[in-house]
Amino acid sequence: MAAVASVEAEARAPSPASRPARRRSFPVWRWVILLLAGAYFLIPLYAALRFAGLKAFPDIFKQSGFFSAIGLSLRLAVITTLITLVLMVPTTVYVHLRLPGIRRLMEAITILPIVIPPIVLIIGVLKVAPGFLLGTPYLLALVYVILAMPFAYRSLDAGLRSFDLKTMVEASNSLGAGWPVTLWRVVLPNIRTAIMSATVLTVALVLGEFTMASLALYVTFPVWIVQFEQNSGPVSVAASLLALFVTWILLMLIVAIGGRGARRRGGAQVALFTVARQDFSQNMREPE
Amino acid sequence: MTTNTAAGTEAGGGVVRAAGNGAGAPVALENLSRSFGAVHALHGLSLDIEPGELVALLGPSGCGKTTALRILAGFETADSGSVTVDGKEVSRIPAARRDMGMVFQSYSLFPNMTALDNVGFGLRMRKQRGAHRNQRAGELLEMVGLTDQAKKYPHQMSGGQQQRVALARALAIEPRVLLLDEPLSALDAKVRLQLREQIRSLQQRLGTTTLFVTHDQEEALSMADRVGVMREGRLEQVAVPSVLYAEPATAFVAEFVGTMNRIPGELQGQGEVAALGAVVPVHGETATGLSGEVDVLVRPEGLHLTIQPGGNGIVTLQTFLGSVTRVSVRLSGDVTVKVDRPSSEAAALPPGASVQVSLPGAPVLVDERR
Repeated sequence: MAAVASVEAEARAPSPASRPARRRSFPVWRWVILLLAGAYFLIPLYAALRFAGLKAFPDIFKQSGFFSAIGLSLRLAVITTLITLVLMVPTTVYVHLRLPGIRRLMEAITILPIVIPPIVLIIGVLKVAPGFLLGTPYLLALVYVILAMPFAYRSLDAGLRSFDLKTMVEASNSLGAGWPVTLWRVVLPNIRTAIMSATVLTVALVLGEFTMASLALYVTFPVWIVQFEQNSGPVSVAASLLALFVTWILLMLIVAIGGRGARRRGGAQVALFTVARQDFSQNMREPE
Repeated sequence: MTTNTAAGTEAGGGVVRAAGNGAGAPVALENLSRSFGAVHALHGLSLDIEPGELVALLGPSGCGKTTALRILAGFETADSGSVTVDGKEVSRIPAARRDMGMVFQSYSLFPNMTALDNVGFGLRMRKQRGAHRNQRAGELLEMVGLTDQAKKYPHQMSGGQQQRVALARALAIEPRVLLLDEPLSALDAKVRLQLREQIRSLQQRLGTTTLFVTHDQEEALSMADRVGVMREGRLEQVAVPSVLYAEPATAFVAEFVGTMNRIPGELQGQGEVAALGAVVPVHGETATGLSGEVDVLVRPEGLHLTIQPGGNGIVTLQTFLGSVTRVSVRLSGDVTVKVDRPSSEAAALPPGASVQVSLPGAPVLVDERR
């Protein structure tokens, strides 16, 4: 899951002054730190690979429950992401435009899922969940929406701060565009990167979550791996490696799709955690 | 909502008509008031704009000029008062259906669209089809001299180019009213000057009724048919630029527009004031409520200056302004006045020279002593 943090933030205009200085001296420390960090991540992966052996990989697919588990995880990822975006995008836009005063409150609220222990959350949810949701993937997806909220909100918030939302919306209105059109043609294209980032974080979260799924008795892929480990060590480790690889591929795919076009427009590259492209404080209008 | 039928018949291209039949709509703001909490942004503002006229609202920041413009645009609602465009009350019509083109202070082009698509956006909202739309947007870009930038994205253009595209975008919809909210204030001086002329000549050619908000008096005086000076939510004076400069109605207008000297004087009876050893008539009715010691307000070109040993002042500084030179003279009582002289005569007035400053006798404004 660590692979998610590939951040590609392109400086819009590399400052000419700093360039020659960089070229002159080989950045020794940068490489030392990079190599150390790389070793920290790669050695356990290598160890896992050694333990499992390549022969274990084909066996994964023969195990019972594998496909249903991975299928459930993917379904959960799709459902959770959709609900999260449909809920959070309009909410965040509305807060930015009409209620900028409650942005701090929003930040505080959206951090709650991180503060509250998962066990407390899921037991509470199971106690009050209506019967028709129990046992369906939607119940777990709804819980995941809450869990994803801190990440989704922060991504979208940063995205909306990276351009002059109020002026864009007013310009669009004055040209005759109503709300739906403004949202679709003006706001969404300009927070595309932020939406991608929210999606990536949500998908990563859903594919890796164990506690809630396990307590609510859903056999998602992580739960399946743990259950299965008791039977066969090497195959289970191979399955985790596969999970890591599949997740990584999936996220890279999302990033690639999201980044297409952004480069052409000189917008923010798909930077998962830093979206702010430009400081608009110099454009702040006088309060009148 | 007026739909654009002009573009369809203009297949030949070349001809640009942005304001429909060339006649802008008359606008009437009546008794507008607006408060933000305890702050009164507007205090019963009334303003009529004739069809095709460019009116500038001028004032310091916080005077309510932007609020007035935003109420006309439909982005704010007045607490009381009415907004009438072309004889129709528009207060309840949302901004998207008011047909007003607006150019903003901050760069407002959509970053995800090319210059051409930005200009075409309003036309797309009016259901114009691709080919017509692009042709018309192209004509508008040509009008602001940016045909070669059509395929560029906003971040690839300079600030001045972006504002010109924004102007083309606002004019593309054949707006009934054009609203300019300090469109030049983010630009550097030279570009500002060029764009000022370009906006004005386009506006005159198209005959679009225009409200222009600025805190820059030079901009307002040089571009507008009439200028309204605002202070604390009220209009102090609305007049053509020359009248505003020559006959300011209040001391605030006098000092906000152009340069003003303050010279100590003493009110006499019968609307006269004594200053600099002369007694001159008081202009207008500003004398009400004042008595005794006052300040006399005179422009630098409104003072006489002669070289005279033992005169009432000493030259302290010369500022060369081109055809005229502004001479600073210290009078007794530590009062410094500025007097404009033709630059050819200024050589005879070096710092330290003794001079006589006097009032020519024309009516002057008076204000309470500061």
